[in-house]
Amino acid sequence: MELTSHQSGALHVVTVKSSRIDAAVAIEFKDAMRVQSDNDFAEIVLDLSLVEFIDSSGLGAIVASMKSIGPDRTLILAGLTPNVEKVFRLTRMDSVFSVFPSLERALEAHAA
Amino acid sequence: MNTPDLHIEFESGSWGVRNALEQVKGNLVTYGLEPEEIGTVELVLAEAMNNIVEHAYPNDDCAGPISLTCARQMNGLGFSIEDKGRAMPGGKTPVGMAVDVDVDLGDMPEGGFGWFLIQDLAKDVHYARVDDTNRLTFRICVSV
Repeated sequence: MELTSHQSGALHVVTVKSSRIDAAVAIEFKDAMRVQSDNDFAEIVLDLSLVEFIDSSGLGAIVASMKSIGPDRTLILAGLTPNVEKVFRLTRMDSVFSVFPSLERALEAHAA
Repeated sequence: MNTPDLHIEFESGSWGVRNALEQVKGNLVTYGLEPEEIGTVELVLAEAMNNIVEHAYPNDDCAGPISLTCARQMNGLGFSIEDKGRAMPGGKTPVGMAVDVDVDLGDMPEGGFGWFLIQDLAKDVHYARVDDTNRLTFRICVSV
């Protein structure tokens, strides 16, 4: 479970470099996200464009990450592929997060 | 269930589940399923098998066998998943209610989605405990 990050304007972009966030790596993902969100950025974009599959454990790990970065900061999701989008839609978690179809769209919407 | 098209046996564990899913997907491609349909099958199977890893064989030192059978039927794909772990509490599957997400951030649920997804995406979900075996059967409506 590799996460990389870069800064884009006022946004901290975290990219998931794996094709799956599932039960096998959910804890690893949460730990890696904790490291990636240990900063002062008010908005963190999670780029999921390389992720082809997520299960409920992976979904729970993303929710846990959102909760752990705190109520004053925002976790934005970008680049949901069809299978990932479906899990967020069916569980209505797409109404909880700011969701953008691509990283570019997320960056445009949050351009200062 | 008709003559099975696929039968996989593996040892409980989240990496075992991953490998089993890869095998199933390899078969589904040969059935001519659309990527969206394969995604649905993979999600339901993942949730069902993750539940076994988590609840039927809750400790690493009591892992056990999981077997997965798939058969093409007139109205979709029929699946049977068996394990020899702990029985389902109450002898039946959870109802799988949708999780309430209209709550404060601190109360946002991090789990409880699995059975909802199974019940939402699969049909004829049935659980039985036969001797020392848990058997979960269901059907997924795809064109095969």
